[in-house]
Amino acid sequence: MSAITVTSLDERIRRSIGADGGASTTQEYFVNMGPQHPSTHGVLRLVLKLDGENVREVIPVLGYIHRGVEKMGEHLSYRQFVHLTDRLDYLSALANNWAVAKAVEKAANIETNERIETIRTIVAELQRIASHQLWWGVFGMDLGAFTPFLYGFRDREKISDILEETIGARLTMNYIQPGGVMFDIHPDFQRKVKEFLTYFRPKLEEYETLLTQNVIVQERMRGVGVLTAEKAVSMGATGPVLRASGVAHDLRRSEPYGVYAKAAFDVPVGRNGDCWDRYWVRIEEIRQSMRIIEQLIDNIPEGKHLVVKPAVRTKVPEGIHYSQVETARGIFGVMLVSDGKDVPYRIHVRTPNFNNLWTVTETAPGWRVADLVTIISSLDIVVPDIDR
Amino acid sequence: MEANELISTVQSLEPAATLRDKVDRPAMSVPKESVPALMRRLRDEPALSFDMLCAHTAIDWHNENRIELVYQLYSTKHRHYLAVFVSLLRDMPVVTSVSDVWRIAEWQEREVYDMFGVLYRSHPDLRRILLDDDWKGFPLRKDYKDEFMLEAPK
Repeated sequence: MSAITVTSLDERIRRSIGADGGASTTQEYFVNMGPQHPSTHGVLRLVLKLDGENVREVIPVLGYIHRGVEKMGEHLSYRQFVHLTDRLDYLSALANNWAVAKAVEKAANIETNERIETIRTIVAELQRIASHQLWWGVFGMDLGAFTPFLYGFRDREKISDILEETIGARLTMNYIQPGGVMFDIHPDFQRKVKEFLTYFRPKLEEYETLLTQNVIVQERMRGVGVLTAEKAVSMGATGPVLRASGVAHDLRRSEPYGVYAKAAFDVPVGRNGDCWDRYWVRIEEIRQSMRIIEQLIDNIPEGKHLVVKPAVRTKVPEGIHYSQVETARGIFGVMLVSDGKDVPYRIHVRTPNFNNLWTVTETAPGWRVADLVTIISSLDIVVPDIDR
Repeated sequence: MEANELISTVQSLEPAATLRDKVDRPAMSVPKESVPALMRRLRDEPALSFDMLCAHTAIDWHNENRIELVYQLYSTKHRHYLAVFVSLLRDMPVVTSVSDVWRIAEWQEREVYDMFGVLYRSHPDLRRILLDDDWKGFPLRKDYKDEFMLEAPK
């Protein structure tokens, strides 16, 4: 009696390849993922070199919604340019506004007051929570779970409502401007924010039981798309992507602006730089943002909400002025090159997503197409921010 | 490291480096010949260890006939910044790529090529990044014009 051998599907396929005398072999081929694809989060095109379902190479192709923001900026006053920044990373509109305001204020020596800085910090943190909520919902959907999408949007709606009351917009918000904020906070703002915090705390636990503690979700994230600390730094990644790789670089901590120095909060840092760490860092950041808001919401000092008349076209002294803020996705920097006029000579925006995206060329090869979707989703990219 | 100390350290590495004034952070102008070697030393020197290229862009000084490259460096270890400026002739902007020093430079340099037409020697994959491959001209140059552009009202 001969021994019985159990073979695998791979073996079966290999046998089939040999059956026709070696005429058929496996072959690498190229597939376009995008520019219209539900899991690329916008008009991003990835040219994939595949071997079966295994990803060999990723070539991102950009520019489908390039609008020339920097060129437009050369013809707009500084205050007008603020209105373009929220069209970059629309989920961090307020932080982007803030970066421009901060650059102009520093350059033109405009002193803001405590009230302005506190309001700015609170609204920016509210939007960070909203951004992470949306990411969480979409992340769940990319992994094949539709419920998180509904949960995430249900709770994000509450923040949208609060911000709409004060700011007047739900998505492309223009609120922070050089010399202050456009309107004072709505009389109900503080009460509603506190109500939201009480409402959302148990909901966040619900998020954890729904997705974080799901074994399938964990299996799909752990060890997938590992980005080492060295690679992350060399590729200029910032925000949760960098911190998940173990580099504790958060501008709110290392170079505090606004009133972050007054608030106690932790900077969550991952260990392995895989999708799981990137997931976990963002969930923890929601908690920390809630902590910051909780400490500040009852302590908004009295004062004016605007120290510069809105009609004034602020002149910026000649030179190069740089400022940066920590958005929900990383460091958003603005470089103003001024020749002393009220219109910048050149304006450059350093967007976090541009740098974060390229890490996919390092992390995705070797994984399957389904894992690539997880990896891209864990980077939390916003395409208008890449294309500018 | 303090700004003065930072500048004197860079000057000891590259004697031709001069202070670039009117910048709100430590900033040096260096000759274009020194770019790859100096950048590598800025990254590897333990006291400096500029391991991150935050941003790389250019400024078109149209009237002075030069294009100025800007390298915004950051050290995650020492938490200090340095801006390195390199002036190139506007008619023939050629410089050596730093993509083997910082990985991200590969794509940031592609963007500067796309917008300003700066050519990078020994770049692994130099082509346009945001615009179409057959686009004519370099839009962020001050004298760029195309048929779709609108004139700003006077």
